[in-house]
Amino acid sequence: MADASRRTGAPPGEPRLVGYLYVLPALLVFAAFLLWPILRAISLSFYEWDGLTQGTWVGADNYVAVVTDPTLRAPFLHALVLVVFFCVLPIAIGLALAALMSRVRLPGLGFFRTVIFLPQVVATVVVGIAWSAIYAPAGPLNDVLSALGLGGGTAWLGEEIWALPSVGLVGTWLFTGLCVVLFLAGLAKVPPELYEAARLDGAGPVREFLAVGLPALRGEIAVAAILTVIAALRTFDLVYVMTSGGPSNSTSVPSYEVYDRAFVEGEVGSAATVAVVLTALILAVSIGINRFAERDVT
Amino acid sequence: MTSSIPRTRFLAVTAAIVLATTASACAPGSDDEGGGTDTAAADVDTDVAGMGDLTLTVWDQEVRSGQDKQLDALNASFEKEYPNVTIDRVSRSFEDLNRTLRLAINSDDAPDVVQANNGRSIMGAFVEAGQLRPLDGYADAYGWDERFSADVRSLASYTEDGATFGAGNLYGVPQTGELVGLWYSKSKLDDLGIEVPRTTADMETALQKAAAAGEVPIQFGNKEGWPGIHDFGFVQNQFVPAEEIRDLGFGVAGSSWTTPENEQAADLISSWAESGYFTEGFNGFDYDPAWQDFAEGDGVFVIAGTWLLADLAAAMGDDVGFALPPTGESGEMAVTGGTGLPFAITESTENADAAAAYLDHITSPDAMTDIQEAGNLPVYGADAALAEGPQADVLEAWGAANAQGAIVPYLDYATPDFYDLLTAQVQDLLAGSQSPSDFLATLEKEYTSFTGSGG
Repeated sequence: MADASRRTGAPPGEPRLVGYLYVLPALLVFAAFLLWPILRAISLSFYEWDGLTQGTWVGADNYVAVVTDPTLRAPFLHALVLVVFFCVLPIAIGLALAALMSRVRLPGLGFFRTVIFLPQVVATVVVGIAWSAIYAPAGPLNDVLSALGLGGGTAWLGEEIWALPSVGLVGTWLFTGLCVVLFLAGLAKVPPELYEAARLDGAGPVREFLAVGLPALRGEIAVAAILTVIAALRTFDLVYVMTSGGPSNSTSVPSYEVYDRAFVEGEVGSAATVAVVLTALILAVSIGINRFAERDVT
Repeated sequence: MTSSIPRTRFLAVTAAIVLATTASACAPGSDDEGGGTDTAAADVDTDVAGMGDLTLTVWDQEVRSGQDKQLDALNASFEKEYPNVTIDRVSRSFEDLNRTLRLAINSDDAPDVVQANNGRSIMGAFVEAGQLRPLDGYADAYGWDERFSADVRSLASYTEDGATFGAGNLYGVPQTGELVGLWYSKSKLDDLGIEVPRTTADMETALQKAAAAGEVPIQFGNKEGWPGIHDFGFVQNQFVPAEEIRDLGFGVAGSSWTTPENEQAADLISSWAESGYFTEGFNGFDYDPAWQDFAEGDGVFVIAGTWLLADLAAAMGDDVGFALPPTGESGEMAVTGGTGLPFAITESTENADAAAAYLDHITSPDAMTDIQEAGNLPVYGADAALAEGPQADVLEAWGAANAQGAIVPYLDYATPDFYDLLTAQVQDLLAGSQSPSDFLATLEKEYTSFTGSGG
């Protein structure tokens, strides 16, 4: 809370306006490469424009379409499904793995930590191509399944029910490592006395983690949630490489829709609208998670 | 964490800035009239040598090896003939070219010559925006009307407002031809004891025999969606009269998708999918691996374009053959096809006359000979007698299709959104999640909403 009495009187020290001069260089760069494009996108979102001929002002029509047009609504719903795969699952798996790895003293723990984190280091396009090959109708996944007598020959990326979860699972694989490493670091700073106290009170391993480890990880969970939710909402590369939004648009996501509309279909206004809505959504979600994490624990 | 600026004031200022920018920024885009600058035949300057030093920037997508070399050679011979001209060639893949051209064509340093895809979403949009020049004056001056058949010219023709495709002014000239037909493995056909299918009934028998023998009847990878347009077109060619398909492709008002003939075509192709005549899991299988599997001896047929000629011939030699689609009950031939991407002249070029001379050069009879020798299908003047193996099949098919006026345009040309719709719909139809009649009804709805239902 700012002190109310301070604001009424003249501020002490140098006149404040000079401060803006100091930030001016950075502000100019920010304005030219971020602020101006954002404002331009907002202004474009009120037009129907094919990128070539004169655009026509359509008011809020594009925004209404995001809500009413099923082909525009669907990508946002798909993005929400991806949040489960990119955020909820990795955090859950990450918590379990971190709890295990912090308790068990395995030889070569560093090696496992590296392996789990490795997907984060590989370029997403490479990840997408590799997983496309794994999911192929005659690919390794189907080979394994048919060897186990569980069928096979399923076109994982070619059937509407499977395509989105298939892409989502790649996200789970990608972000679990990030979560594990974050949570391990968080658990390492918990004072051992707390665990000792819990144990003396008769808590088992699960109870011990829930009572001591989990609360200590509040901050890390928030960071992981923000990073993964943003990644889920703005997924583009995985979808572009693995499915191009197909089959039958069952994996189209907002970012892909922005690209498709702006550069393929020539609906720049509508593309800008999706971009603006997506930006607002990501901002709102990030602020929400931040609020939740910073709320007083007591 | 409350900031020292009250939130309401912050919001008000932001809103004001946004409103001000939105209101002050004028409508995006230029308000050029459609059509582009016309040059009358009498005003065409064909004396390139007398134009002084100039540079022509050419954007093309001829990146595959045969075509790439062929165009390099033609550029070099043009520069040799006119030492005052420098050609600045910018080559990109088909997809990259389509994505970047839209942004580049109305900028100050737009290229002089561009390869623009025929359909409404690229060439049609450019014509509507007045970014391409009509070439009719040049066509008169250089005699292009004799050079290119009416079918070929119609595929690069639009009215000035870009609204009608297939008629009006000429906006581009192509180098190569293209047909979607039936690639087959001769040794597989021999093993199965079947002839190259010439009728719908033959095709059905061939597919049954292939499936019974445990072969993949048709190699098919449709993850990208667009291959499905070709396979559907191949079946449609056997039922729907060529004239009707042409109208549907060009988006002519009054045409309809919900006809009994289209229904027969949709029924047949979905029964192919049901009977397992396509590669298992085709909707999750990529296009390239599919024809590559065929080239490696897995599969009896591939329904694809003549653009695979060089690759298939290299991999399979004389074992691969190419045939036009079978004919249906009418016995009338129809085949999906067209031309390679036409070369067009941009509105913003300062050297339109030199650019036209360049177009004339790269589509000259000598150029066609080079294209055939490079293993491709020249848009005119092909000499099947000089070719052998699969190239002879392709050249013959092209000659026959042109002579019979049997070439019908790609179905996705119809409306700007038709490509996206058709790819998804064919995937649904073949996956069995959409019935043939619902499939056609969905296409009809988009089609009539664009062309106007009346007719």
